Amino acid sequence: MRPRLRSRLTWRAWSYAFVLPAVIALAATFGYPLVEVARFSFYAGTIQQPVYIGTGNYLELWHDPVFIRSVLDNLKLLTAVPVMTVLAVGIALAINAGYRRMKVYQAIVFLPYVLPATAIGLTFSYLLSQSGVVNTVLHQWHLGGLARDWLGSAHWAIPTIAAVIIWQQLGFGVVVLTAALLAVPQELIEAARIDGASGWRIQWYILIPHIRRIIGLFVMIEAITMLSAVFTYVFVLTQGGPAYSSSVMEYYIYQNGFQQGAVGLASAAAVVLLAVASVFIVIYLRLRSRSDQAEA
Amino acid sequence: MKRTVTTASSHVLLIVLSLISLYPLWFVVQTALKTNSAFTLNPTGLPSSPTLSNFSALLAQMPFLRWTSNSVLVTFVSVGAATVLSVFAAYAVAFGKFFGRRAFFSINIGLIAIPPVALLVPLFAVMVQLGLINTLPSVMLIYSGLLIPFSVFFLSNFFRELPRELIEAATVDGASHGRILMRIVMPLSLPTVFTLVIVNAIWVWNELLFALVFLQNNSARTLMAGLALSQGRFATNEPLIMTGVLLSILPMVVLYLASQRFFVRGLTAGIGK
Repeated sequence: MRPRLRSRLTWRAWSYAFVLPAVIALAATFGYPLVEVARFSFYAGTIQQPVYIGTGNYLELWHDPVFIRSVLDNLKLLTAVPVMTVLAVGIALAINAGYRRMKVYQAIVFLPYVLPATAIGLTFSYLLSQSGVVNTVLHQWHLGGLARDWLGSAHWAIPTIAAVIIWQQLGFGVVVLTAALLAVPQELIEAARIDGASGWRIQWYILIPHIRRIIGLFVMIEAITMLSAVFTYVFVLTQGGPAYSSSVMEYYIYQNGFQQGAVGLASAAAVVLLAVASVFIVIYLRLRSRSDQAEA
Repeated sequence: MKRTVTTASSHVLLIVLSLISLYPLWFVVQTALKTNSAFTLNPTGLPSSPTLSNFSALLAQMPFLRWTSNSVLVTFVSVGAATVLSVFAAYAVAFGKFFGRRAFFSINIGLIAIPPVALLVPLFAVMVQLGLINTLPSVMLIYSGLLIPFSVFFLSNFFRELPRELIEAATVDGASHGRILMRIVMPLSLPTVFTLVIVNAIWVWNELLFALVFLQNNSARTLMAGLALSQGRFATNEPLIMTGVLLSILPMVVLYLASQRFFVRGLTAGIGK
């Protein structure tokens, strides 16, 4: 009895010792800043000399056309998620149809996902500029009517940013979905084939329903990305311009907090961003925990 | 017959897709080999007389080596620190007993998705007080913290799959947990830890927002921040910028080609297990 009790106590003691450093680091990096950003959001002035103004910052956000525009831009970027999902599912099905020889394509489409968004953005800013490669080629093919100032027009900036994000992140979806398709039991497909189901019917009624959960997780991860992880693209491709037409919430926070010194306003915007993102984070966590249970 | 048609058309689709995926990278390479005037005359074609002059110009006109060494240093320190902290924490999550063990694991999953920009203002205030603005330790500390949630999640999932009896048998033999971790768990986990190190290194190497805000001196910048801000200054010298881009993505491409399966496994972990 006695040695057992002692070993149980040490079992606990070392557990705490092992986990404590990480807990402290998380509290400093996430915990404290999350509390502080909520507090700052009720103050105006500088960090050294804050002035309490209640919900003033939130009211200002509500009346600031640039902030409203930023939120709308994030929502417009969200519409790229279904596009990317349909593309990724289609490509994954094509790769799955002849997997062995198709592996090389999977490796190629995944490559952009590994590369720095900054480098991607710089490259596309030249490809898509007024006299860039894309417009030059369009003119050479006598399709000059399709040429646009992709990044310099208020109308096209956000769709163009969305296209660049799709270009970089599509491979992520393709790889994840191809892996899910490979895990579909062969017997199911064989049984359907014996029952006389044609190729596309098998894809639509058996393969896609089988990877529904993975599609759902992919959609949620990309939705969270579009809301809260597109700063690099915007900074490098358009700097939020022209005339704030492609500012997103992250860019708004960066601009107000660090270019204009409106720390309180930036914090309030960060709280709004957290609130919007948390809707998607909660759905993502629910989907995950369901899958974790299914596996356990 | 019908089957071969479908396979052929999906091959065509995938070849087009591969060209779209690779063309921008080819554009970087060919532009880096052109002089500025050659690029202005012929932005799309092959370089008629390839030159390496951009590479020396890059070293002369930007603190390129300094930025690179900053990035390397920041990557090593942050990834190293985060990995060590996370290995211990994940071992405790997988094999230990402590109050809030499940909650700790769930919190880590939730924190993976928190937008880092929301932490920016308070962390900046802290770094001002610590006097670390414009020094590499500011981003090293923050990156180390930001990497922990994913690392704990990733490692705990792997550790849980290891046979518990192995650990219990070793404790009965009187081995300390530090010893078990180093002698039994780590040797079994090397590929997993390597995968994690790669994913984390990519993240740190590619990070822009914190680097821009915390490192404002030109010589203190990381490679990504330096390049992003050179865009305006060298706006009319595309080949120079593309040369910088080429050198900044080269390590990633080489690493990817050499160890593709680690990249794929690590980067898709948010959806898989």
